Amino acid sequence: MTEEIIIAGFGGQGVLSMGKILAYSGIMQNQEVSWMPSYGPEMRGGTANVTVIVSDDRISSPVLNFYDTAIILNQQSMDKFEKTVKPGGLLLYDPNGIIHHPQRKDIKIFKIEAAKLSAEMGNTKIFNMVVLGAYLKLKPIVKLENVIRGLKKSIPERYHKLIPMNESALTKGMENPVEVFLN
Amino acid sequence: MGELKLMKGNEAIAEAAIRAGVDAYFGYPITPQSEVIEYLMAEQPEERTGMVVLQAESELAAINMVYGAAAAGKKVFTSSSSPGISLYQEGISYIAGAELPCVIANVVRGGPGLGTIQPSQADYFQSTKGGGHGDYKLYVLAPASVQEMADFIQLGFDIAYKYRNPVMIQSDGMIGQMMEKVELADQRPRWTDEEIKQMHDSWAAFGKGDHRERNIITSLDLDSAKQEKHNHHLQAKYRRMEEEEVLFEEINCEDAEYLIVAYGSSARISMKSIDLARAKGIKAGLFRPITLYPFPMKQLNAYVGKVKGILSVEMSAGQLIEDIKLAVECNVPVKHFGRYGGMIHSPEEVLTALENLIKGE
Amino acid sequence: MMDIKDIVKEENLVYTKTKLMTDNILSYCPGCGHGTAHRIVMEVIDELGLQSQTVGIAPVGCSVLAYDFMNIDMIQAAHGRAPAVATGVKRTMPDKYVFTYQGDGDLAAIGTAETIHVCNRGENITMIFINNGIYGMTGGQMAPTTLEGMKTSTSPYGRDLKSMGNPLKITELIAQLPGTYYVTRQAVHTPAAVRKTKKAVFKAFEVQKEKKGISFIEIVSNCNSGWKMSPVKSNEWMVEHMFPFYPMGDIKVDGELVKSNKAEVKS
Ligand SMILES: Cc1ncc(C[n+]2csc(CCOP(=O)(O)OP(=O)(O)O)c2C)c(N)n1
Ligand code: SF4
Ligand SMILES: [Mg+2]
Repeated sequence: MTEEIIIAGFGGQGVLSMGKILAYSGIMQNQEVSWMPSYGPEMRGGTANVTVIVSDDRISSPVLNFYDTAIILNQQSMDKFEKTVKPGGLLLYDPNGIIHHPQRKDIKIFKIEAAKLSAEMGNTKIFNMVVLGAYLKLKPIVKLENVIRGLKKSIPERYHKLIPMNESALTKGMENPVEVFLN
Repeated sequence: MGELKLMKGNEAIAEAAIRAGVDAYFGYPITPQSEVIEYLMAEQPEERTGMVVLQAESELAAINMVYGAAAAGKKVFTSSSSPGISLYQEGISYIAGAELPCVIANVVRGGPGLGTIQPSQADYFQSTKGGGHGDYKLYVLAPASVQEMADFIQLGFDIAYKYRNPVMIQSDGMIGQMMEKVELADQRPRWTDEEIKQMHDSWAAFGKGDHRERNIITSLDLDSAKQEKHNHHLQAKYRRMEEEEVLFEEINCEDAEYLIVAYGSSARISMKSIDLARAKGIKAGLFRPITLYPFPMKQLNAYVGKVKGILSVEMSAGQLIEDIKLAVECNVPVKHFGRYGGMIHSPEEVLTALENLIKGE
Repeated sequence: MMDIKDIVKEENLVYTKTKLMTDNILSYCPGCGHGTAHRIVMEVIDELGLQSQTVGIAPVGCSVLAYDFMNIDMIQAAHGRAPAVATGVKRTMPDKYVFTYQGDGDLAAIGTAETIHVCNRGENITMIFINNGIYGMTGGQMAPTTLEGMKTSTSPYGRDLKSMGNPLKITELIAQLPGTYYVTRQAVHTPAAVRKTKKAVFKAFEVQKEKKGISFIEIVSNCNSGWKMSPVKSNEWMVEHMFPFYPMGDIKVDGELVKSNKAEVKS
């Protein structure tokens, strides 16, 4: 199994940390992982993206042009990454702020209303965990228990009290992806 | 098994330095490697092992702090990125001339000049051909993973002390910024003053006892005949490294008709290109130099008569290709492919370049 | 529906963009003092009619891209070397106006030698020094001017004077050199401060016209991103913490140290 993912959105959306948690979860179940962020001044309030690869085998290139899954969280990223999903791949996005919705018919498209759901849960900081939950529902590449273990590893101990909150966000995400059919 | 962590290349090299029992780190912030000093400052190795960490006022100062600490027989590490490494060159030349062991990491970014902060491999000449003045060589390691970033610290110090020679770890913004799984070595104790005395009494400047002559650390000899002799000694050392310390990796090379030669990030990207090529029925293999100096000349030369062509892949306008051509002595067609100035080639672009090579374009 | 054109009318205009600033969008973080400092320098050059006779030297730091915003001929220097580059320009074109625009890392860390020697030679140039107590560009590392106890990414537990040295008052230091003619410390966080800084920049270019030597204008500024504060909070913090250590006002005028500042110079 090799899963190649791009996660893309705005700086403050927790794109990089979501990728990190996913990568840590892979390590928890003895897989190979890589996490390659965009870096540089464009990140000041601008767009951010990260390529995450989880695999049973040694990982070759940590930077890619095409992905099994694109998780897209703003319009700029939609414009840039919709075309990079491999045929038959998955595009998961939050429709919040999206004007031009994805158009491809050769891939699977799912929506997750993560901004709305996290606001309803009273904590927009768990936005990324809702998205991650939705993704793991669609592609259960790592077990939930390993995500929790990954979470514990990737956040400082003083924040561990927030783990139950994150767990419920993951569950919320798992319950809510909606398939988009284009015709 | 050691501790497993998810770390950036820059963090892994910093943690590995603490665990290798390094005595001191001197550096100056520069993207894309500032995480090295930031990690060290946050970890407070002074409390963990007594390791000194100091932010210098410039790279000129940092490399001379390295010179000083290394001259005292201490294990010293520094890191920077291309523009900063250019400023290191004077100091590196003195360090090589004075035969001081130390490890220097260059997390390469695009140039020339201020360039860009994105990954590049355009410092190959600078690392391997003597970036400063005079006839000297660095032992140059090119990590292709976060694990190797960590591992090459200890390996680097082993070589540095074996040959009393500066070691360069040449990575780039990609290996520095990406996170991978890394298995960390156990903590080694720092050398005690007594151990340093035992090991380095013949050359280091830490205070003369009655039992020996003064140790002078210098690269100066106004007597040209003596300076030539010193150079002979250096050259003999380099020849010995060329014989004994070459490292490389071969992937899918046994039946290969075409080779990609690439190091560091380009090797990682090319691994994928090889997979794509094999899926298309092209018998391609990857030859990865791990030491850029000494370059695996003989090992690559062994492919003469076996492969029909070689593609040199490097994020540069073509520097590595010169050593490949030397290695195969023009008996195999060699072409260069690479994006540069901070652009990273994709596995597909490398594949296309390989297909063009096969077509004879 | 009301169109933007209905709003942007002569009678509604309260402010127009400085002529010598380009139309490029400033790359600075919203709330950062760099943009205001740029504008002041360009306004002065514009009002003195010196566009065609001025060459600016951009540093390495957040203002590395000053050449994208200042609509004059500019040269981008290596980190810390702006004063040397300025010397090269000025010595070969003594009648032109030359200024450097540098941050604290650029001017007071890696470029300390160039700073001291350009001042010691009394090169007839203007130096604008943006002191925000941090390396903004590279993500908030400690600068030579970082205050005691201040947290940065390379002093995560606060600057410790014993191991990391003292905050450097480079401005007081260079004021001691005979080559400096006008040395002042200003800010750009309020309209009043902006007016004072602009006066200082005017004076600096006058000094250069009269070939009297170096004018050195330190502008104590905020780095809301590096300090991890909102723009408003960062300005408050600056007034509360930076100003007591880096007091406002003239340090040297007409080649003479200002009396009220002499005590400060010693401390
Ligand atoms: C030789 C060299 N070393 C280091 C750097 C990395 N670098 C770029 S800007 C900078 C510091 C900038 O700080 P400052 O001068 O205070 O400017 P600010 O961004 O705060 O305005 C550093 C260390 C570089 N570009 N070149
Ligand atoms: S990082 Fe700091 S100095 Fe740089 S633009 Fe942002 S606020 Fe200004
Ligand atoms: Mg600064």
